[in-house]
Amino acid sequence: MMVADHNRADRALETIGAWMLGILWLLPLLYAVWTAFHPAAYATRFDLFAPLTLKNLITAWQAAPFARYLLNTVMLVTLILAAQFLLCTLAAFAFARLTFPGRDLLFAVVLLQLMVMPDVLLVENYRTLVQLHLADTILGIALPYLGSAFGIFLLRQTFLTIPQPLDDAARLEGCGLLARLWRVYVPLAKPTYIAYGLVSVSYHWNNFLWPLIITNSVTTRPLTVGLSVFATTDQGIDWSIVTAATLMTSAPLLVAFLLFQRQFVQSFMRAGIR
Amino acid sequence: MIRRRTLLTTTAGMLAAPAILRAQTVQKLTFYYPIAVGGPLQAIIDGYCKGFQQETGIAVEPVYSGAYSETLIKALAAIKSGAGPQFSVLWASEIHSLVDQDILVSLDEIGLDADAKTWLGGFFPAFMANSHADGKTWSVPFQRSVAVFYYNKDAFRDAGLDPDNFPTTWSSLGAAAEKLTQRDASGRVTRWGIKIAGDLGNAQWTFGALANQAEQVLMNEAGTEVYFNKPRTIEAMEFWQSLSKQHHATPDGVSNWPQLSPDFLEGNTAIIQFTTGGLTNFLAKAKFPFGVAGLAGKNSPHTVVGGANMYFFKSASPAERAASLRFARWISQPERAADWSSHTGYISTSPAAYETQTMKNYIAKVPAAGLGRTFLPVATGELSVHENQRVYAVLTDNMQACLGGTKTPAKAMEDAQSETDRILKPYKRA
Amino acid sequence: MRRETIHAYLLLLPALVLLVAFTHWPAIETLIDSLYATPRGAHPAPFVGLANYTDLRDDPVFWQALRNNAIYAAATIPVSIVLALLMALAVNGALPGRSALRLAYFLPTMLPMIAVANIWMFFYTPDYGLFDQILGWFGGGRHNWLGDTSTALPAMIAVAVWKEAGFFMIFYLAALQTMPMDLREAAALEGSSRLNYFRRVTLPLLMPTTLFVLVNAVINAFRVIDHIIVMTRGGPDNATTLLLYYIYETGFRFWDTATAATLTVVLLTILALSAWLQFGVLGRRIHYR
Repeated sequence: MMVADHNRADRALETIGAWMLGILWLLPLLYAVWTAFHPAAYATRFDLFAPLTLKNLITAWQAAPFARYLLNTVMLVTLILAAQFLLCTLAAFAFARLTFPGRDLLFAVVLLQLMVMPDVLLVENYRTLVQLHLADTILGIALPYLGSAFGIFLLRQTFLTIPQPLDDAARLEGCGLLARLWRVYVPLAKPTYIAYGLVSVSYHWNNFLWPLIITNSVTTRPLTVGLSVFATTDQGIDWSIVTAATLMTSAPLLVAFLLFQRQFVQSFMRAGIR
Repeated sequence: MIRRRTLLTTTAGMLAAPAILRAQTVQKLTFYYPIAVGGPLQAIIDGYCKGFQQETGIAVEPVYSGAYSETLIKALAAIKSGAGPQFSVLWASEIHSLVDQDILVSLDEIGLDADAKTWLGGFFPAFMANSHADGKTWSVPFQRSVAVFYYNKDAFRDAGLDPDNFPTTWSSLGAAAEKLTQRDASGRVTRWGIKIAGDLGNAQWTFGALANQAEQVLMNEAGTEVYFNKPRTIEAMEFWQSLSKQHHATPDGVSNWPQLSPDFLEGNTAIIQFTTGGLTNFLAKAKFPFGVAGLAGKNSPHTVVGGANMYFFKSASPAERAASLRFARWISQPERAADWSSHTGYISTSPAAYETQTMKNYIAKVPAAGLGRTFLPVATGELSVHENQRVYAVLTDNMQACLGGTKTPAKAMEDAQSETDRILKPYKRA
Repeated sequence: MRRETIHAYLLLLPALVLLVAFTHWPAIETLIDSLYATPRGAHPAPFVGLANYTDLRDDPVFWQALRNNAIYAAATIPVSIVLALLMALAVNGALPGRSALRLAYFLPTMLPMIAVANIWMFFYTPDYGLFDQILGWFGGGRHNWLGDTSTALPAMIAVAVWKEAGFFMIFYLAALQTMPMDLREAAALEGSSRLNYFRRVTLPLLMPTTLFVLVNAVINAFRVIDHIIVMTRGGPDNATTLLLYYIYETGFRFWDTATAATLTVVLLTILALSAWLQFGVLGRRIHYR
C-alpha cells in the first residue's frame, strides 16, 4: 500500500538521520580514544594499522597525582550527596507536611536558589570561606552546595504525592515526626533519591570553576581541576598525553553510566521529573 | 582589609627580625611554580628540593599550579585566603602589580648581609631589571629566557634558503617566510612559513620583542607609562600584521602559544617564535634538523627576556622568609643554575654559571644552548606596569583586533594607549 | 509558638542557613560591594555610590560580554532543546540500535566540561585538527576556528550544544515514556497523521518538561564557562567573553573586586528576570495533567 511504503521510507530516513547524528555525537570521543591509545605521531594520521600503546596513559598517570585527585573527588561527591540527602529531606518534609507561618514565603526564598547557583557568586563566596578558614579544604568546596534548592523542590514534590493515610497510620502507631519521615516518606521516595543522587553526583564530579578558585593544593583538588592544571605548559602540549589524561578523569563516570544506564533513565521516569 | 593575624605577625616579626635570622625553627616550606609536569622537569625540581632538605633539614614542597597566568592567579588566591606558599616562582614582569597588592616582602626587609649583596650582584643585569621597584629588590631570577626563533632546516633547504643563515632583518624574514609557505594544488596551506603567538598571556611577550626590534621600549621603568602609540610601536604592529596580510606566511587572526610547539614538531610551521625554555623538548622530539636563531629586527636582531622570578610573601614568618631566601640562594648557585639550564634550555641566571664545567660540556654538545645568552645585550624587559594583567588584556585585545582585520595598527595602538593611560592614571601621582 | 512550628523551623534550619549563607547573603553582599571601590592594599574601601555602574556603562568590554552572552544563549538554548526532543523521539521509537544511540547521545553529558574543552580544542586546531582534516577531504580551506573573531563564539556554541543536548534528552525521554498509549491509539484510529499527533498532543503534553529543560538551559547558558577558560580565555579580542567569564577575569585576574561585584549584580538581575519570565509567564500557559 502507498501509505505503508511512505511510512517505511519515512522510517528509513529517520533511522539514517538518527544514526548519523549519533555518529556525529560520538566522533569527538572516538577521536579522543584514538589519540590516547596511539603514539603521538599518529595523533593526526588515521593509519588503520597504527600501533596501539598504553604509554600515553602511563605517562599521564605518572605525570600528576591523579590517584589523589580521584580520592578527593570521591570524598567531595560523597560528602555533598550525604549532606544534601539529609538536609533536603528534612526541609522538604517540613515544607510538604507541616504548617507554619511563613511557609510559602520561605519556600519562595528557597526557590530563588534554583536560578542563582553559588558559582555565580564566586567572589563573595570565596571571601566567606576564607573568613571561615575553610578555603582549600574539601568541606570548603562542598559547603555552598549543601543546601540545595533543587533537592528540596524535588523531594517536596515527591512527599506531596505520598498518600496521607499512610502517614496517618504511622502516626496512630505512635511514631514521632522523624520516625514518620524515616519509615513512611523516605522509602517511598526512593526513585527520587536515586534520580537526584545521579544528577548531583554527575554535577559535582564535573564541576570546575568553583573548585578551581577555592582549591590550591594537591590534597584538595578534584579531578577536573587537576586535569586543567595538567594540560597547560610552557614547553608545549603533547595532545596524546592530554587526551589520555582526559579519558582517565572521565572514565569513572563513563563506566558507571555504561553499567547503570537503564536504571538512570528509569529513575528519572519514576521520579516524575517532567 | 588588614587581618589581625597578619598585622600582629608583621609587627612581631619586624620587632624581632634582627634576632631571628636563623632558619632552624622552620620545618617546611611550600612554593608554587609554573613548570609543566610530566617528564624530567618535575623530577629535577623534586630532586633540588630533596637536596636542599638533606643539606639544611628544611623540607620544601613544590606545587605545580599551571602556566604562568594560572600560577599567578592561584598563588594570589592562596595568599589572599590566608594560607598559601611562603614563596613562589611567578612571572618576572608582574612585579609592580604584586608590590601594589601588598603581599610581598622585599629582600632588603628579609635581610641582606654583604655576602647576599654580592650574590645579588652576580646575576645578569638584564634579569635583575625586573626585580627593582620603589628602590627595593623584590625578586630573584630563577627561570629566565629570551625569545628566539626555532626553524626547520629541512624546510629551509626545500625552499631554496640557506639553513645556516637565518634572516636578520624584517624584510628578509618576511621574504623567507613567504618562500617557506607551501600550498597544495587547491591553494590550501600545507605548511606555514612562520607562526608567532597572539593569545592572552603571550601576545605581550611577542609584541615586546617586535617593538624592541623597532628600537622602541613599551614602558618606563617605574611601570607608570606606556608607549603604545609611538610611531615605532605602530611600525612593529604593522610588521606583525604584514606577516599575514602581505606575506600570507602566517594564518589570519590569532595563533595560540600552546599550538606552536606541536605545529613545529609536526612540520606544519617552518619557523616559530618561542622561548629558549623549549629547547630540551625540541631536542628530544624533533625528527628533523632544526636551528635556533635570534629574532630578526627592523635593522638588526633584538629580542625580549621573559620567564619567572622567585617572589617572597609577607605572610610568611621571619624564619620562613629567611629559609626561603636561603633556598633561593642555594638553587641559584652556579653549578645548580647550570644543571637547571642544561635540562631545560632556560638561560642560566648568572655569568658564573656559564663558567662551570657542566655548562661548558652542555654547550659543547648542544651549541644552540649557548645562543640565548648572546642575545641578552639586545634584549629588553617584558611589559611590566602597574595593573599588569589588566594592561596585558587591553593590549592583547587591541592587537587581536588588528590581526583579525577589524582595526588598523594605528587605531589599535591608539586605543590601547588611551585605555592604558586611563588605567595607569592613579599610579602616576604616586 | 506551636510545637509544629518549632519543629518545622528546626527541620528547615540547616538547609536554610546554608542556602542563605551561600546564595542570598552573598547576593546582598555583592549589591553592597558594588557601591564601594576596590580596596587597595591595606586601605579600607571608599564609598562611591553608583560610580561603578557608570564606569561599567562606559566599558565596551562589558557591553560586548552582554552581547556575546545574549547570542550564546539565543543559540544554545533553542538548538539544544530541539535536538534533545528529536533525540528523545528517535530513541523512544522502535529504531534499531536504540540503546546504542541513547548512549551515544548521552555520553557527552557524562564528561566534565574541562575534558570536553581539551578534546574540542584539539579538533579546532588549524590545519591538522579534525575539522580541518574533514573539511580538507571535501576540499575546504583551513580555518583558524578559535583564533578568528567571527568563528570563535560559534565554535563555543557548538561545544555547549554537543554537551547539553543529551542531558535534556533524558528528561524528554522520561516524559515520553510515561505518556499514555491510548491517546495515540485513539488518534491513529481517527486517521491523524504522525506530525499532527505530534503537534496537537505530544508537544503540549511535553510543556512541563520543556519548561524544566528551559530553566536548566538558561542557567547553563550563563553559568558554564569552563570551555571558555580552557579554549579561548575570552579571546580573540573578547569575542568569546561571556558575562561570568568577565566576572572571573575581573575578580581573580585583575583582583578588581568592586567591578566584579557590579558585574555580578547585573548577572543576578538577568537571572532573576529570566526566572520571572519562565515561571511567571510561561508557567501559566502550561497544561498540567
